Amino acid sequence: MRKRQAKRPGIFQQIGQSVGNNVIVRSIFRTGGLPVNWDRRQRMMGVLNNVFLHLHPVRLPKHAVKVKYTWCMGGLSFFTFLVLTITGILLMFYYRPTAEHAYMDMVDIGEQVPLGIMREIHRWGAHLMVLSVWLHMFRVFMTGSYKPPREFNWVVGVILLTLTLLLSFTGYLLPWDQLAIWAITVGTNMGRASPFLGYEGPGATLMQIGDVKLVHPAADAAFVLKAGRFVGEATLLRFYVLHCIGLPFIIMIFMAVHFWRVRKDGGISGPT
Amino acid sequence: MDFIKDVINRVTDPTISFTFLLAVFFVIFPPNNLLLRLNRKLGLDKLWTDAGAIIFFGLLTIFMIFGVTSDETFRTVITKPDNVPIVLLLYIVPFLLWVCMKQGLANDARTLNNEKPEEYSDPDDLDSQILVWPDLIYVELIALVLCSVVLIVWGVLLKAPLEEPANIADSPNPSKAPWYFLGLQEMLVYFDPWLAGVVFPTLIIVGLMAIPYIDLNKKGNGYYSFAERKAEISIFLFGWLGLWVYMVILGTFLRGPNWNFFGPFEKWDVHKVLVLNNINLSELFWVKIGNQALPQNILLRELPGFVVVGAYLLIMPALLAKTVLKSYVDKLGLVRYSVFVILLLSMAALPIKMYLRWTLNLKYLIAIPEYFLNV
Ligand code: HEM
Repeated sequence: MRKRQAKRPGIFQQIGQSVGNNVIVRSIFRTGGLPVNWDRRQRMMGVLNNVFLHLHPVRLPKHAVKVKYTWCMGGLSFFTFLVLTITGILLMFYYRPTAEHAYMDMVDIGEQVPLGIMREIHRWGAHLMVLSVWLHMFRVFMTGSYKPPREFNWVVGVILLTLTLLLSFTGYLLPWDQLAIWAITVGTNMGRASPFLGYEGPGATLMQIGDVKLVHPAADAAFVLKAGRFVGEATLLRFYVLHCIGLPFIIMIFMAVHFWRVRKDGGISGPT
Repeated sequence: MDFIKDVINRVTDPTISFTFLLAVFFVIFPPNNLLLRLNRKLGLDKLWTDAGAIIFFGLLTIFMIFGVTSDETFRTVITKPDNVPIVLLLYIVPFLLWVCMKQGLANDARTLNNEKPEEYSDPDDLDSQILVWPDLIYVELIALVLCSVVLIVWGVLLKAPLEEPANIADSPNPSKAPWYFLGLQEMLVYFDPWLAGVVFPTLIIVGLMAIPYIDLNKKGNGYYSFAERKAEISIFLFGWLGLWVYMVILGTFLRGPNWNFFGPFEKWDVHKVLVLNNINLSELFWVKIGNQALPQNILLRELPGFVVVGAYLLIMPALLAKTVLKSYVDKLGLVRYSVFVILLLSMAALPIKMYLRWTLNLKYLIAIPEYFLNV
């Protein structure tokens, strides 16, 4: 490192250096200079000075950056989440969550919209996110990283896993095709059987005040999920709102807690 | 050729494949020293060597190529765009398992020699620390670019499927849940929806959350290992791989119309009929064995079921506490032990119910359809 600084900088490095120190560039990136020329202090400041990079610590033990230790799976989960957010926003420009339009909008997104692979990337990205979250959990278990002091972050992780599955599940309905409506029918019908809260669940008959039934086909857990007795337009709207706003909002809060706790619990786990 | 296919169709049936899995699982991932010795005697730790991996993935690939080139049904199911993640799963999960176990066994050997695990670096030694810029940022950048490329290529190659417009009057057969919920749908074969769709999912989530509070073993924190955490790893892997991932694969590839089982080389025939004459424990007890009519009184009728379920949930924990799990009671204390054993028994309830179904054609242990209470 020291040797390189002693050498006379080449023409590209000189240009880079002066770009890095340009008044405007300096005002945006506080550290200045050309990143490849940074000395140790600048490298640390570069991470600390940047709101995105400072999610990281400045220094790490060697094993923590090895792919064979973390498999990058937590990072990959987060990355796929970002990809899904971006492609999801793009899809929202073209998609209307009504029984009249939903299906045809899907067809149009595939056929009419230029560079139309947003739907593909969103769908395959969703598969990838579920997969990577599972595998992340698998890795965390196998390295024993849920042990003290990281117990609570594991719990947060399980919540993230649940939310990820719910996100994927609510999105499943939106294409409004046969696959969608029947998968959601199978899924939400289970709500009918919730103990006490579903009208076909054990204990439902007990939920009664005098002659007034509290739990019946038009007032039970499945009804709340579907906003009706069958999967219909009201269900579509409900799932759309949850999928595009409700669940992403909640998952982002838990992700913030998760990342914060990774740092506060002493960074990536390792042997002591 | 047809003979091979026929054999494969037969052995993939859950009655055989799951029994096989059950038989080998705890020898491959031994939860105690006895099974560990058996594992070593059989040389099963060789699975986690490079040669083991090459042989395993070689065989898997040969099987896939054989199936795809020689069989129409196999090809249709495997190449369905939405099944890509599960085909990926078939490769990634064993590979990552191998990565874990290989590093774990290496660390176990180091521990035996009183060495620190491979991951260890001295916190006071500045040279063993690296800077996030640029070392981690590079790794992240490469991972990010690779993933983007994979996703874009995947998106260009495979169009996102869109079926016929939604029609609530016309239900497809089979109608499958999304792949990550196929485990729940598979449980519906053996349990009523209130258990398979509500209680068990809740228990899975709660059970996962409880892991760090139940597992008091301090060892194996922050590095791969096996010997130091045999039982934990064995139990977790059984639930995750042996039940969940197994059922996802089964549900995706081997469940066809009417949720009947179809071997990988068997045509999905809508008219395949399986004779089902499942009976409830009450009938088995009063009618078949006792040779009398079912009692009128519901509680009396279902008494055998209550006794069996009650014994399973109340007496079994006590029994285990006195025998196999004795050391756990001392280690965990009563409260933790109770939570642990109830979660464990709930997990074991699934395979138990599977075998009761396969051997005795048992439908419900407790059957009170009047109150929707079927167990
Ligand atoms: C949306 C889902 C999730 C995201 C985006 C996420 C992200 C991350 C990231 C970026 C890390 C840093 C280390 C790494 O990459 O492995 C991490 C660590 C961790 N995650 Fe997650 N995670 C998610 C879900 C989960 C789940 C499902 C669990 C467990 C049930 C979990 C438990 C943990 C724990 C305990 C750590 C600390 C690991 C260590 O220090 O070695 N996370 N997570």
